[in-house]
Amino acid sequence: MSSPIELNIDHVANLARLALTPEEKAEFAQQLGDVLHHIEQLSKVDVSQVEATAHAFPVYNVWAEDVAQPGLPVELALQNAPAQRNHMIVVPKVME
Amino acid sequence: MPLYFRTLTELADQLAAKTITSTELTQAVIARTKAVDFQVKAFNSFDEADALSQAAASDTRRAAGQARGPLDGIPIGFKDVIAVAGQPLTASSKMLANFISPYDATVTQKLKQAGAVCWGRLNLDEFAMGSSTENSAFHTTRNPYDLERVPGGSSGGSAAALAAGEAIATLGSDTGGSIRQPAALCNVVGLKPTYGLVSRFGLIAFASSLDQIGPFTRTVEDSALLLRAIAGHDERDSTSFKTEIPDYRAALQEKPGPWRIGIPKEYFGEGLDPEVAAAVQKAVEYYKSIGCEIKDVSLPHTEYGVGVYYIIATAECSSNLARYDGVRYGHRSKEAKDILDVYFKSRAEGFGPEVKRRIILGTYVLSSGYYDAYYLRAQKVRTLIRNDFLEAYKSVDVILTPTSPTPAFKRGAKADPLAMYLCDVYTIGVNLAGLPGISVPCGFSRGGLPIGMQLIGQPFREADLLAVANAYDAPHAWGKKTPTL
Repeated sequence: MSSPIELNIDHVANLARLALTPEEKAEFAQQLGDVLHHIEQLSKVDVSQVEATAHAFPVYNVWAEDVAQPGLPVELALQNAPAQRNHMIVVPKVME
Repeated sequence: MPLYFRTLTELADQLAAKTITSTELTQAVIARTKAVDFQVKAFNSFDEADALSQAAASDTRRAAGQARGPLDGIPIGFKDVIAVAGQPLTASSKMLANFISPYDATVTQKLKQAGAVCWGRLNLDEFAMGSSTENSAFHTTRNPYDLERVPGGSSGGSAAALAAGEAIATLGSDTGGSIRQPAALCNVVGLKPTYGLVSRFGLIAFASSLDQIGPFTRTVEDSALLLRAIAGHDERDSTSFKTEIPDYRAALQEKPGPWRIGIPKEYFGEGLDPEVAAAVQKAVEYYKSIGCEIKDVSLPHTEYGVGVYYIIATAECSSNLARYDGVRYGHRSKEAKDILDVYFKSRAEGFGPEVKRRIILGTYVLSSGYYDAYYLRAQKVRTLIRNDFLEAYKSVDVILTPTSPTPAFKRGAKADPLAMYLCDVYTIGVNLAGLPGISVPCGFSRGGLPIGMQLIGQPFREADLLAVANAYDAPHAWGKKTPTL
C-alpha cells in the first residue's frame, strides 16, 4: 500500500475542483496523514483470492419501459438555479 | 403523559377512537417545539401553517370515514437530506442553504399517501458526514438528556427532536451508523433497514452503496409500523430490491422465538465503556432468561471496518458531491470570474471542513495510481467483512452488540477526525455488509446518559429482527422515559 506521504494535496485539490487555503492544506495534510496511517492496516489482509464487493445486494439489468414519463416543469427545475435567463442557466463565459 | 411524548401506536389508536384529533396533536407538537427547541436546536426549520393544514386535512378525512391507516394525522419530522416538495432541503450545508425541494422523495410520497403530517426539517452533520451534528454549518444540536453533550450523528436532529417530544417519529439516514448511534445516545429506537429495502430516491446522496433511510421511534412496535409505510421497491432507485413487504407489526406477535443470539467478542474489547458493557450484558441476561440461546460468534475482520469504510464512503462522496459545482443549483461564488473559478470558489465557500476533508481523501484514493491499493483493496476487505456476518448467521438468528462504545460525549471532545471516525466502530460493519441493524435503548449510565444495544439481522429479514428487538423492548420500554428540559 502506498505511503501516506505521497498525498500531494495541491494535485488532489485540483482534481476535486476545490480551492483550499494554505491553512486548510496544512491541517488536512496532517489529519489525513493520520487517517491514511490507520487505513494502512488493510495492507495486512490477504485479498489475493477475494472478489470485490461494490454493492451488498447487486441488482443487475434494471430495465425501464421506453415510455415517456412526465418530468419536472422548467420553472421547477430552474427554481434553484443561481442565475437564469430565458429558461436557461447563466454561467460565466466558457471560451475566449 | 402529554400528547407529544406518547408513542405512535398509542396515538394512532386514540386518533382512530376519535378521543384526540390530528390538529390537537400537531398543535401540541408545535407548542412543545417552540418551548424547548431553543435549547435542543434539533430543527433547521419548520412550517407551522403547512403542518396545521395537513393536520386539518387529516381530521377532515377521518370525519368523513376516509382515514388512511395508523399514520394518518401523525406528525413526523425529516432529516434535512430527505426531499419534501416546497420545503427547504439544506443538508445542513451553506451549499444548499437556499435550496427548495422541487419534488418529494419516495419515502415522503409514501408518508403523504399514508396521511402523515410532514413536520419540520431536522439538523445533521453537513451532508451526513459526522457522528455528533457538530459538523452542521448552522448550529450544533444538543442531547436532551444533557445539553452540554452531543446527540450523536449524523442524524442528531432526528434523534434529539424525538427524545425531546418535538415529533412523534422522525426519519433519518444511515451510512455508517448515522441512525443507530444517535438513537443510542438519545434513548430512542433507530432502525437501519437492509440496503435496498427503502428507496433512496429524493435522499441527498453521501455514499450510494451504503446509504439507507430508516425510522426513529420511541418503541420497536412504532418502528415496525413506520418501516412498513416507507419500505418497498421503487423503479426510481435502481438499487431498490424487489421483495415482499410484510406487516412488520403483526409479525412481532407471530414470531415468538426463542432465538439464537450471537455475541461477537470483537465488539466487547478495548475501548468499550464499562457502563455500556454492563447494560448490554444485562440485556443479554434478559434474553437468556426468556429461553434464548446465547452463542459466542466471531467477526474476525471487524478491526478493518473503519479503514474500509473511510475509503469506500469518501470515494463515493467525492464522486457524488461533484454535482455541487455552482452551476445548476446550490451556492455560486460571487467572486468567480470564469467557469473553473465557479467550481473552485463555489465549492470552497459552500462546503465546511469535514466535507472538504472527505472529498480530498476520496479523490485521493480514487486517483490514478492509487485506485488498486485503496479502493479496490477496500472493496475486497468489504467482501471479507460481509462473509464474516454470513458465516455467523449459519449458527445464530441475530447478533447483539453495543451500538456505541460510549454514552454521549461532550461537545468539542472529539476535535480530531480520526477519534470521531472511531465512534462508528460497532455500526460500520452493518452498512458494509448491507444488513439491517436496530439500536434499542437498554438503560442509563450512573450519570443519567442513555445507552443502546444494537441487534443485527439477516438480509431482508426485518420481521425477525424487529420481533427479537420487541421481545426486549416491550417489557422494558426505556424509550418511553423522557428527559427533563
